[in-house]
Amino acid sequence: MYFDKFDPLKGERLEIMDKDGNVNEALRPDLPDDRIKDLYVRMTVLREADKTALSLQREGRMGTYAPVYGQEAAQASAAFLNEQDWIVPSYRETGALFMKGVPLKNLYMYWMGDERGMNMDRKLRVLPIDVVVGCPPLHAVGVSWAMKLKGEKSVAVGYFGDGASSQGSVHEAMNMAGVFKTPTVFVCQNNQFAISLPRSRQTAAHTIAQRALGYGFKGIQIYGNDLLAVYAAMKEATDLARKGGGPSFIEMLTYRFGPHTTADDPSKYRPAEEVERNKPFDPLVRLRLYLDKKGLWSEDEEYEIIDDAKREVASALAEAEAVPPPNPSDLFDYTWKDIPKQAKMQKEELLSFLAKAGKGGGEHA
Amino acid sequence: MPKINLVTAINQALDQEMAKNRNIIVLGEDVGREGGVFRVTDGLQAKYGEERVIDTPLTEAGIVGSALGLAVGGLLPVPEIQFEGFMYLALDQIVNQVARYRSRSRGLYTPSLVLRIPWGGGIRAPEHHSDSPEAVLVNTPGLTVVQPSNPYDAKGLMISALRYGAPVIYCEPKRIYRAIKQEVPEEEYTVPIGVSNVVREGRDVTIVAWGAMMRDALKAAEELDAEGVSAEVIDLRTLAPMDTDTIVKSVVKTGRLVITHEAPRTAGIGAEIAARVGYEALTSLLAPIERVTGYDTVMPLFKLEDYYLPNTQKILVGVRKVLNF
Repeated sequence: MYFDKFDPLKGERLEIMDKDGNVNEALRPDLPDDRIKDLYVRMTVLREADKTALSLQREGRMGTYAPVYGQEAAQASAAFLNEQDWIVPSYRETGALFMKGVPLKNLYMYWMGDERGMNMDRKLRVLPIDVVVGCPPLHAVGVSWAMKLKGEKSVAVGYFGDGASSQGSVHEAMNMAGVFKTPTVFVCQNNQFAISLPRSRQTAAHTIAQRALGYGFKGIQIYGNDLLAVYAAMKEATDLARKGGGPSFIEMLTYRFGPHTTADDPSKYRPAEEVERNKPFDPLVRLRLYLDKKGLWSEDEEYEIIDDAKREVASALAEAEAVPPPNPSDLFDYTWKDIPKQAKMQKEELLSFLAKAGKGGGEHA
Repeated sequence: MPKINLVTAINQALDQEMAKNRNIIVLGEDVGREGGVFRVTDGLQAKYGEERVIDTPLTEAGIVGSALGLAVGGLLPVPEIQFEGFMYLALDQIVNQVARYRSRSRGLYTPSLVLRIPWGGGIRAPEHHSDSPEAVLVNTPGLTVVQPSNPYDAKGLMISALRYGAPVIYCEPKRIYRAIKQEVPEEEYTVPIGVSNVVREGRDVTIVAWGAMMRDALKAAEELDAEGVSAEVIDLRTLAPMDTDTIVKSVVKTGRLVITHEAPRTAGIGAEIAARVGYEALTSLLAPIERVTGYDTVMPLFKLEDYYLPNTQKILVGVRKVLNF
């Protein structure tokens, strides 16, 4: 319904709840208010977790981090999946992983430079963060294809961004999905920047969504800061995929409020005023205004929500930091299923070196 | 002479050559307005314009493949891959195309380009930002591969690469991008491609390194010196074509060889050096050749990175092993 009504080639974009929290009733999907409220709370936790990660990075307690600030509604797309559905994230999908049920502790561990954070509960059906942007769509095709071949009614969501949309792997993924009618949902979070490069220089096309047509399936551009639009498009795409109707493509137009990563200085390529101009379109603000109108939100409650969020984040952080450091032998034990003789000798070499050298043995000049 | 770091040295080389040769263009992700994620191309777009310093879409295969076309079309492109881990996305272009073009056209086209790639570990970065995949390139006939270990060589090698007339892969050791400041002539000069450099002369043992590992090797040599062991340290500098004559000459003198690199040991560059030295200087060797390298594992995230990387202490263990054989 939404996909047919909003033609990316005509520059039509789905928006259901505007920045002031007003809902276009003609387009309203069947998402109950208590669910909206619940998601508002989860998005608030995500924002707190994100802020905390940024400040931890500055304190040297976390490595390079890719913030999701401003993209919380788009990342909540993962909350609209069934338990048996899969998500395939790239590196800015900390929020999508969180929304699919991955504990913050795992995500913090990963960003603290510990691979064990990506050893997540198998039942969650999430793939590990893939830093090679543009690759997740390909793996999503494979996973969803497996579901189809096994007769499961599960879909897989492949995440990528406006930058990654230029990668050949995205083309190959969408083409294969079209040919094999895999139950794949391609979610492109267009946050309008690939590090410094604006969307307008990434592709000459007016939208990224229109590309779907070239692969023989439907694409829609939605306003990705609008949780209702995210839900509506995800619902339609996943329903179609479950019915055997094949893939679809959702371009979620959003805006990266923060830097590309903590290693980046956005003032080099975009004025601070531009960020400020986008602030009124914050995905949380409109939800708050909406809930307020419905009598489902108050300022007092907001303090509670934020306090709870901070507590949840602090406890996840404490858990993550309490994990003892990984064992140097993990290097070998997880690279190889059956460790080759040479690697085994190297493992012994490292362990004996560390035994003799003590703690300082691991530092380089 | 002003003291500058490696980033400034490469930037200066690009700037000076671009001023003289209008055919040189720089292209890559974030190389223009942002000046590169490591600021190596900082200021070049402001000076030479958006036609010559080009921010591309996020497309490694596109960057290298179009650079080949640009080169054949008569320009001298300097493409950048943002991190070595993303080189694999362009590997078809590098290995199947750039390296073979001269052969395929029987000399009609030799794509003259300098592919810059930040290289190696030690900066606490995410996955695919810390690898050292040089063996892949060196095992590809047709490619010239260099890796400077200091600002002086960085500038001279870049100028040589730009004037080389064939594809050069210029690996930039990111761990020491800003770690070393050195007096570097303001005027242009070249450092020869294909010639390794005896950085420190010694009698008892030869240590071969390149890129960021040179610092660790030199530090090891200093510590050995204090113990009365005289180490000769060679900077390989050009990985392909590999100048092993200098190494063989040194081993004939010292009788002992330790090779260090960040990449995994198996089928790494150290293996090739060892094979050549074994072939040409077998009778001079007083001990088996020792390799102090990264391990045959995936390059880990930074909680385990320091365990993975070779360092001064590990080099010393290797040196003692060959001394006490």
